[in-house]
Parts: sequence; C-alpha cells; structure tokens
Amino acid sequence: MTTPRMAETAGRTGPPEEIKAVPVRHPGRWLAAAVVLLLVAMLVHTLVTNPRFQWDIIGTYFLSSRVLDGLELTILLTVVAMAIGIVLGVILAVMRLSANPLLSSASWAYIWLFRGTPVLVQLLFWFNLAFLYPRISLGVPFGPSFLQANANDLITALAAAILGLGLNEGAYMAEVVRAGILSVEHGQAEAAQALGMSRTLTLRRIILPQAMRVIIPPTGNETISMLKTSSLASVITVTELLYAVQLIYSVNFQTIPLLIVASIWYLIATSVLTAGQFYIERYYARGSARQLPPTPWQRLRRYLFTFHAPPPAPPAQLPPGERR
Amino acid sequence: MITPTGTTPPDPGASGPPMVLAEGLHKSFGRLQVLRGIDLEVARQEVMCIIGASGSGKSTLLRCINHLEKINAGRLWVDGELVGYRQQGGKLYELREREICAQRAEIGMVFQQFNLFPHMTALENVIEAPIRVKGMSKARATELAGQLLDRAGLKDKADAYPKQLSGGQQQRVAIARALAMQPKLMLFDEPTSALDPELVGDVLAVMRDLATSGMTMIVVTHEIGFAREVGDTLVFMDEGVVVEAGRPREVLSNPRHARTRAFLSKVL
Repeated sequence: MTTPRMAETAGRTGPPEEIKAVPVRHPGRWLAAAVVLLLVAMLVHTLVTNPRFQWDIIGTYFLSSRVLDGLELTILLTVVAMAIGIVLGVILAVMRLSANPLLSSASWAYIWLFRGTPVLVQLLFWFNLAFLYPRISLGVPFGPSFLQANANDLITALAAAILGLGLNEGAYMAEVVRAGILSVEHGQAEAAQALGMSRTLTLRRIILPQAMRVIIPPTGNETISMLKTSSLASVITVTELLYAVQLIYSVNFQTIPLLIVASIWYLIATSVLTAGQFYIERYYARGSARQLPPTPWQRLRRYLFTFHAPPPAPPAQLPPGERR
Repeated sequence: MITPTGTTPPDPGASGPPMVLAEGLHKSFGRLQVLRGIDLEVARQEVMCIIGASGSGKSTLLRCINHLEKINAGRLWVDGELVGYRQQGGKLYELREREICAQRAEIGMVFQQFNLFPHMTALENVIEAPIRVKGMSKARATELAGQLLDRAGLKDKADAYPKQLSGGQQQRVAIARALAMQPKLMLFDEPTSALDPELVGDVLAVMRDLATSGMTMIVVTHEIGFAREVGDTLVFMDEGVVVEAGRPREVLSNPRHARTRAFLSKVL
C-alpha cells in the first residue's frame, strides 16, 4: 500500500542532492606525520653528512667481482636449499598424514629433531661430519660396500651448507604442506574416492592443487627467510655474500661500508622475492576471491590522489570464466 | 569383526543376482552402534528410497555400499560381488586398494554437499575420473561429458567453475560427474537437502529422468513426493534397523508400524 506512494514521491524529487559538508579535521594525524617527517629528515641528514659512512668505498665495492660472486653463491644456496626443502617437505607431510604409524612417527621425529636444534648448530655438525664418519661408503646395509670416499672430500663446505640448510628447511616446509593438505575439506577426498580414484591420484589431482593456495604464501616467506639465513654459511667458510665482504674488510678494515654493501644487496634480493611472492599469491587467489587485492602501483596511484584516507580496494573484478 | 560364515553369494538367476544384497549389516563408530542388522535387497533397475529421522543410519548404510565405511559384521554384495572382501576357502581377505577402487568406479555417488572439485570447471569435474580412472581418451570423455551436461540442462555451463554455479546447478554437475563413470548403481545421499527450495525441482527432474532410463538407484531423501512418484520401494529406517519396507504408496498411506506412523505424521 505505502510502497507505490513512496516510489512516486521519490520519482518527483529526481536525483538526490549530494551532501556537501565540512570534513572532520585530524590534528593528531598531522602531528604524527610531522614527527615522522622530522625523523626521516634526521636520517637523511646523517646519511649524507656523516663521512664515516664512506659512500665512496661503498660505491667502489658495490659491483666488485668478489661481492657479486658472493651474491651469486647466496642465490644458489637459497634456490638449492629451498628446492630440497620443498621436495622433502611434501614427502614428510604425506608421511606424517599416512595411516602407517611407523611412517608418521618417523616424519614426526625428523621434524622434532631438525626444528628443535638451531640451524647454525646443524651447519657446524655437517661441516664436521668427518669427525663422526671419516669414511662414507655406499653399499648394501650391513653388507659389502661398492663406493667409498673420504668424508672430508665428499662433504665440502658448500655441500655441508646445502645439506644443513636444505634438511632444516624440509622440517619447516613439512608443516607448511601439512597445513595446506589439512585445509582441504574432507568431502573432496571422499568424492574422489567414490569415483574410484586411488589415494595417490586423489592427492595429486584433487588435494594438492587445492592445498597450493594455503601453501604458497608461507613458502614465499620461507624463501625470503632462507635468503638471509644462508648468511650463516659464512661460519663454515662458504664465501657467500656475507663471508665475501667479511674477507674484504678483514684486509682493508672498512667494516661498516662493506656491511652496508652486503645489506643493500640483501635488501634488493628480498625486495625482488617479495614482489614475486605478491604476484604468485595474487595468481592463486583467483577463483577463490571475488576481488583481487590492488597491486602496489594501483595502491600508489590511489594514495597520490587521496592523501588523507587509505582508499577502498579498487574493483578489480574478474570477468566470468577467467578464474581458476 | 567380520567372520566367515556359511553364507554364499545369492544364486545368479535368469536376470542375474540382485544389484544390492545386504544381510545382517552392523556398523558402529566406537561404542555408538549405527547399523544394527540391516537386511536389504535391491533388484536391477529398482529405485529404492530410504527415509527416516537423522541419526537413523541411512547415510551410513549408503556409505557402506561403496565401502567408504567398513562394515563390522554381516555381508554385503553389489552385483553378486562381495564389497571390500574376497571369500576364499571359508576365509575373508581384504581387497587391495586397486580392487576397491575398481568396485567403487562402478558405483556412482552423489553427496548432500555436492563436493565438486572447486579448482576445476564443470567439464573438467566430469571428465577427470573417466580419463584418470577408466583410461578413456580425452576426446571421448569430453563428448560423453557434453551429452551428460546437456541432459542435466547445463550445456552452456561447461566452462563455469563450481563457485559460479547455483547449488542446484552444482548438484546437477555432480550427478553428471557420477554418471560419466557409467555406473551400474547410483547412490544419492540427501541430494536436495542443501538446496534452496526453488532449486530442488530441477535436481529431482534429472533424477526422475535417470530413473526412467532404467538406472538402479538408492536415494536417501526427505522428499516424500519424489519417493511416492518415482520410487519402486520405500524403506523406513529407525535406530539402525529397517522398520518397514514396501511399495511407497502403501507405506505412506497405510503404515503398519507405530514408529513409521509417528515419523510420517511429522513430515507429511
């Protein structure tokens, strides 16, 4: 009864008048911004005026071949150790969820051991393996051996670093993968089984692809963490980025400038990885999120145009059929 | 525990053994007895509807039939084959995973919550098992899936992801997915219970069409109308036993047991 009349009234007044009001002032915000700007100014001032930063020396060594070789080794360590960690993590996670109590306890014990001891201790342990096993042989368990090698020749500093970092990472990745697998609804496995799919096929085709969305973000985190943790290999004489600059400043005593060189390279590498992680996450969010988060560029553009308030996410709606 | 008895599989008659035969099925979860001696026979091309209050064991019975649950006692045959076990020389042997998968591949199941694979399109959902389990060629599977989706009224939704479909459409994709394995028996576990009322009709229409085509079906449902019109047999379960079974119209209009009467007075 009343609805049609209300509609009529609305029709008569035409489009509603837009509200024009004086916005609320935020003095606290301006004060905070002033404090931050002051601190930034002080930082820039000291960076520029304190001669002991020795920017000329930083410039000299920044692209020197010894530093770049160290950076290369750091990246190699990160990539190989993460690859070992991911493969091992998937195997351990599947073992941990296995119906076989021996397999699941073995996985539990592995994670317990490698997560429970500092990675630095593990690195030193692998580096000094020759004290425990002077000779390493390959053969039948408790039987004859075909290949024998001196542990000191086989386990070089680099091999020890890769083993230490990779095996340690496996324990962490196992938990990440396990969380991903557990996040997939039980009905999914049941539906696959009802179709006659085996457990392995179900895991490979149904469970893991869905678990990826949960697995990817922490894996990115782990990779960034690994990049920095690899600096621990300097302790066992692997000339990665940190040890490379340590070798230089132990001769010329320019400690601070060379540590800054290493820090800048670490920052550049982690920035690249962070950007990569952002876009991979965004990719896997397709199909599950109605709206994708804005890219940093979109966000920056928004901030430039509206200074005082963080804007709502722009409608980056996907056209139907573009999800996965 | 299941122990071997003198029971032999039913004699294959002229039309073969019954599609499903259950004798004295028991199933318990810990100390909770869910099935307490179920005897059941489903003939070929029969549509059996099972009704009963929640917790009466209907869904568990269905899940036992394709071995998603292991029975604790009794015997269960599908198409003359013991489900989950092999009997040799008076001894029962558990089947290997591969053999269980082969048995399940011939039994389609439709779930209350659809359980479509969300990372695959409707078409990919339907062709996945025929290709990976039956080894069907992709072209053949896609052709078959096209026919099945068409029959379910979803011809233009083949490339949609489950999240982009309504509940009724998802359930019809789930039915097509089960049918793509060309099963000899279809199990429906409350297929319309999670649907908005206006979407129930489309799903029931697809099931009715399937029943007309001669598929053997066991349907756990609360849709009394569907049971009356499409079902050949109506089974009323309560507290883990079959209380009453018979022609739907007879059971519904003239229930013999007090428990059936009490249940029907609540739902009709």
